[in-house]
Amino acid sequence: MDDSLIARARRRQAYWLVLPVIIVLAAIAGWPLLRTIWFSLTNAQLSDMGNSQFIGLANYIGEAGVLRDGEWWNSVRNTLFFAVISVILETLLGLGVALLLNTPSRIQALLRAAVLVPWAIPTVVSAKMWSWMLNDQFGVVNAMLQNLHIISSPLAFTADPHLSFPTIIMVDVWKTTPFMALLILAALQLVPEDCYEAAHMDGVPRWRIFRYITLPLIMPGILVAMIFRTLDALRVFDLIYVMTSNSHVTKSMSVYVREQLIDFQQVGYGSASATLLFLIIAISTLIYMAGTRSRMEAN
Amino acid sequence: MKTKLSLIAMATLLAAGGANAALLRIACGSTGGELELCKQSVAEWAKKTGNEVQVVTPPNDSNERLALYQQILGSGSDKIDVLQIDVVWPGLLASHLVDLKPYTKGVEKEYFPSMIANNTVGGKLLALPWFTDAGLLYYRKDLLEKYKLQPPTTWDEMAADAKKVQDGERAAGNDKMWGYVWQGRAYEGLTCDAVEWLASYNGGSIIEPNGKVSINNPQAIKAIDGAAKWVGTISPKAVLNYGEEEARGVFQSGNAVFMRNWPYAWALAQKDESPVKGKVGIMALPKGGANGRNAAALGGWQLAVSKYSKNAKLAADLAVYLTSAEVQKMRAVSGAYNPTMPALYKDADVLKANPFMGDLLSTFTSAVARPSSVTASKYNQVSNQFWNATHDVLSGNATATDALGRLDASLKRMGPWK
Repeated sequence: MDDSLIARARRRQAYWLVLPVIIVLAAIAGWPLLRTIWFSLTNAQLSDMGNSQFIGLANYIGEAGVLRDGEWWNSVRNTLFFAVISVILETLLGLGVALLLNTPSRIQALLRAAVLVPWAIPTVVSAKMWSWMLNDQFGVVNAMLQNLHIISSPLAFTADPHLSFPTIIMVDVWKTTPFMALLILAALQLVPEDCYEAAHMDGVPRWRIFRYITLPLIMPGILVAMIFRTLDALRVFDLIYVMTSNSHVTKSMSVYVREQLIDFQQVGYGSASATLLFLIIAISTLIYMAGTRSRMEAN
Repeated sequence: MKTKLSLIAMATLLAAGGANAALLRIACGSTGGELELCKQSVAEWAKKTGNEVQVVTPPNDSNERLALYQQILGSGSDKIDVLQIDVVWPGLLASHLVDLKPYTKGVEKEYFPSMIANNTVGGKLLALPWFTDAGLLYYRKDLLEKYKLQPPTTWDEMAADAKKVQDGERAAGNDKMWGYVWQGRAYEGLTCDAVEWLASYNGGSIIEPNGKVSINNPQAIKAIDGAAKWVGTISPKAVLNYGEEEARGVFQSGNAVFMRNWPYAWALAQKDESPVKGKVGIMALPKGGANGRNAAALGGWQLAVSKYSKNAKLAADLAVYLTSAEVQKMRAVSGAYNPTMPALYKDADVLKANPFMGDLLSTFTSAVARPSSVTASKYNQVSNQFWNATHDVLSGNATATDALGRLDASLKRMGPWK
């Protein structure tokens, strides 16, 4: 009896302790989300917000609804493609960099700091920087490739429809590989040293050590890092917008949403697409969590 | 005692000055040398009237600038008092702007009537024309002479000349040489360029003033297909991501034979540090074939006063000053910004600095408007669909027949236009 009283009191205390966080979250995440969902059911215009009417689901499934807009599906395809390719590349490269950084070396601390530089630069700055380096007339990348006789005439990295998507992915990989590397490095350093010692004693080859000791032990860390990156990649905006503007070859869901909301002033329609963007990210997260649950909890 | 008195007098004066002086903020463009000239004139006004003015620089890309204005104005913010707005925006921003008629004391009669009409929405004069723009063809006089070519009259001639000079110069060692640079990025600038192609082939103006969607016609298809052939042959592929300044960068460093740009590029090309100084000629854009016409897109920027300004009267006074004949003349002479008053086109100093302004006066007065009046608040969507369709054709993702057919259907769905 006493025990349950204490337990109950504790539970109550716990609720009080998390209450501030819940209030803050409700205010900064819950409220805007609900407002967006509400706007998505109206025909609100940004220039005249006072005069909007409830129009039900017309923004979603109506004659001119988001779900019937080929441009929206184009941006969904672009975003998913971007997310899958860039996260896979970043994970593989990040793992490689993390393994290198984990080997003891005299300049390890320096290397760790150096590798973080791309991650520390704001995306808009690095996107603009790359735009200049990749510029067809004045860019250093084209100059180098031409001097090495790899290409005969400059490539239009951000303009050529066949090149602009790979270019965006390349810059994203450059920027976020350090993030992956850092998270994976943290996981690597938690692997107990004695596992390796035992394996060395038994003369296990290095590849098998990696495959059967390192990888299973750092898997939960990698999966968490991957979900962070996937969530980020699904709402990619700044990189694409700075490098290729509104071009629909590279348009992502967020670029589409901004275009509707700001350029076209359609708060109702734009909110509907923003809500769909939210749902797509939420569903992807749930699928991912369900698929990797057992492995994430392995530790 | 005397010093004490004068100190008190000074303090009172300062206090009085402080009480009257207002802080205004003006957003003016920063393409080329625009910002310097704006700062200069603004400082003169500030000194004359004893107020303080801060110059805010909005983004160069006109879409970005419009988005920023709409955000600031949409929230009813008093952060900007005077705004530099594009010729196609008065309708879009009408609900946020002050009627300037009470402040102009009738000076609007000195401007081109068509520009005042453009800036008048529902009987209110929402903006004063600051400078006008029309698309022009810049060419390298020295290179055309070297290859014994005459300035081209049709697009096909232009393309042939461009190819000839480009090949010749490349063979002579300049492998960076291109024939023609223009604005091909998916943005408002491409709409301007493409509206010129359409008009030059008599291909209509996307949506006609009577509300008829006209974009799907054989002449328009011919015009866009013609432009698509330039990409990768006489224009670098990267032109698909060029705005005004990127094109100017290539031309002014001497690596292009022809360039389509607005008049501002003239003053910069003629500066002492410019590698092409004295080698540049300007003419009207070519015709689309023998039966075509020389067409220039109507551009230009206006000054408007935000309804949310706390000092609307002073802001209007600043706008009137900046658009006055005196300031416009200075801007025309030192920055090649085309005046918006007919009288200035007869001014000897203006014509001396910009001979083309006299020669091409008819180009400026007969420039082709984008369909902003008929589409009103939906102009941005129409323009966006148009530049995306055009961009698709230019980048080889669609044929003009398909792209313009789809655009036609989509614009008709978006209507009715009138």
